[in-house]
Amino acid sequence: MSGSRALYEQVILDHNKNPRNFKVIEDADRKIEGFNPLCGDHFTVFLKLDGTTISDIGIQGAGCAIAKSSASIMSSILKGKSVDEAKELFDRFHAMVTSAPDAPLDEAALGKLAVFSGVREYPIRIKCATLAWHALLAALQGENQQVSTE
Amino acid sequence: MATVHTPSMEPATVRRAFDVERVRRDFPILEVRHGGRPIVYLDNAATTQKPRHVIETIQRYYTRENANIHRGVHYLSQVATDHYERAREQIARFLGATVGCEIVFTRGATEGINLIAQTYGRKFIGPGDEILISHMEHHSNIVPWQMLCEEKGSKLRVVPITDDGELDMDAFGRLLNARTKIVSIGHVSNALGTVNPVRAIIDAAHAAGAIAVVDGAQSAPHMPVNIHAMGCDFFVCSGHKMYGPTGIGVLYGKVEHLEKMPPYQGGGDMVLSVTFEKTTFNILPHKYEAGTPHIEGVIGLGATVDYLNDIGMDAIAEYEQNLTRHGTQLLEEIPGLRLIGTARDKAGILSFTLDGVHPHDIGQLLDEDGVAIRVGHHCAQPVMQRFGVPATARASLAFYNTKEELDTLAAGIRRVQKVFA
Ligand SMILES: Cc1ncc(COP(=O)(O)O)c(C=O)c1O
Repeated sequence: MSGSRALYEQVILDHNKNPRNFKVIEDADRKIEGFNPLCGDHFTVFLKLDGTTISDIGIQGAGCAIAKSSASIMSSILKGKSVDEAKELFDRFHAMVTSAPDAPLDEAALGKLAVFSGVREYPIRIKCATLAWHALLAALQGENQQVSTE
Repeated sequence: MATVHTPSMEPATVRRAFDVERVRRDFPILEVRHGGRPIVYLDNAATTQKPRHVIETIQRYYTRENANIHRGVHYLSQVATDHYERAREQIARFLGATVGCEIVFTRGATEGINLIAQTYGRKFIGPGDEILISHMEHHSNIVPWQMLCEEKGSKLRVVPITDDGELDMDAFGRLLNARTKIVSIGHVSNALGTVNPVRAIIDAAHAAGAIAVVDGAQSAPHMPVNIHAMGCDFFVCSGHKMYGPTGIGVLYGKVEHLEKMPPYQGGGDMVLSVTFEKTTFNILPHKYEAGTPHIEGVIGLGATVDYLNDIGMDAIAEYEQNLTRHGTQLLEEIPGLRLIGTARDKAGILSFTLDGVHPHDIGQLLDEDGVAIRVGHHCAQPVMQRFGVPATARASLAFYNTKEELDTLAAGIRRVQKVFA
């Protein structure tokens, strides 16, 4: 077993320590909280939309290093992306973290998100990695409430 | 095998000094290596490991003694029935019950509490009555009472805990009143390690006219328990947390209650005679054991108490106390570590948080060192809320753990801090 070092990539530790876009957007167009009742982790995603483009994104909340860095990395790559592109990234990310540990990685398509490939060895952490993403997806679909991973 | 177990062994008159290396040889799983390292198993509050004597007893049951019980005239059925009922007597003696018929087998502590709520509770609790629990209870000593209160229009009241994780006994005294019908308290908290003063609680409950239920899931495995001396009305525990099989638990009830309560489930074995007009229920304790029971589990649990008697619960408690002191000291020396649960009277449960590191990440990285701990809310979410944390990391000890293993834990925690620095 490669051990958890593969899980805690330096990039993940860095985003955990210095999360990007951790701010409240007062005049957000969409705001939704993702909650994992199993561990109490919770992140709120704030979205500013300019037509179909994500013009700004803010994150608030608390959770483990995987959940927090995933929220941070998500926020840093989505700014300026269209709603459709964001949904497509969600699908790609979700398919990757739920794939078999030895499945080939499309690093080009995943970009920075590939750092979470270590999660595939630890199925229990998939929910951590996708928590903020689930909130984002619900926000993009126009919901304005709490989503739960359960 | 270093230890010789004679099945009928009573607490020995002459006992060898506790030798951890000797008892470790009794647990085959401690030989398992993972990633080239031995496993440091510190998740004993979740479930404990099983001694060879228990594993072999269960194997012997299936290879030489298996039959259904209480219904066969044939040889194997008599052997199985004898062993099953002998285990009941052994377990009764181990827990200090007066007679075997006070011992009902359940699936575990959870089912035990549900049984009490659904039988005693549904019969004797009414609107306006109060049930008193504490803020440090496991969910299994909260939810069954909530369900009962919902159904009966009665009220659940909660004894607060102090910053050290002790019961606020003054508040307990104030909350206890003439409407209190049931007081249900954990003997040892699985999230905090606190050992509660059950004797005083039971006496006070009785003085107020209430019955007392003790959740012994975390005490029976780690200290001598004498239900008779304690004086409680009901006591529950789980086999798998006391080095025995999973799926088997013990409910102790005073005969006077067990006689008056309605059955829990209907079916075979719990009846004396059945016609479509009228059914006569079986005598105690069979009235509460409908259907074919967990025979293997009961016989395995009988072997477990044999094994524990051979070592001696006093010796186990004393060794674990020393271990707990050592572990507490080690953790207290780590800067940025906060122990959750610092009661004066504490069992071997070390719950903690680390500044800047989420418990899940602590658990994950410790696993890499072969150290198994539990992270999360430990089925005690109100405790987490009380201490303002989403979760804790918890190392929970058993008598086969060593000081060296706790040194490994402490070194592992310091490494976690470095990774997250
Ligand atoms: C204090 C306490 N009570 C009850 C239980 C429930 O035990 P079981 O799941 O074996 O029914 C536990 C298990 O963690 C416990 O620690």
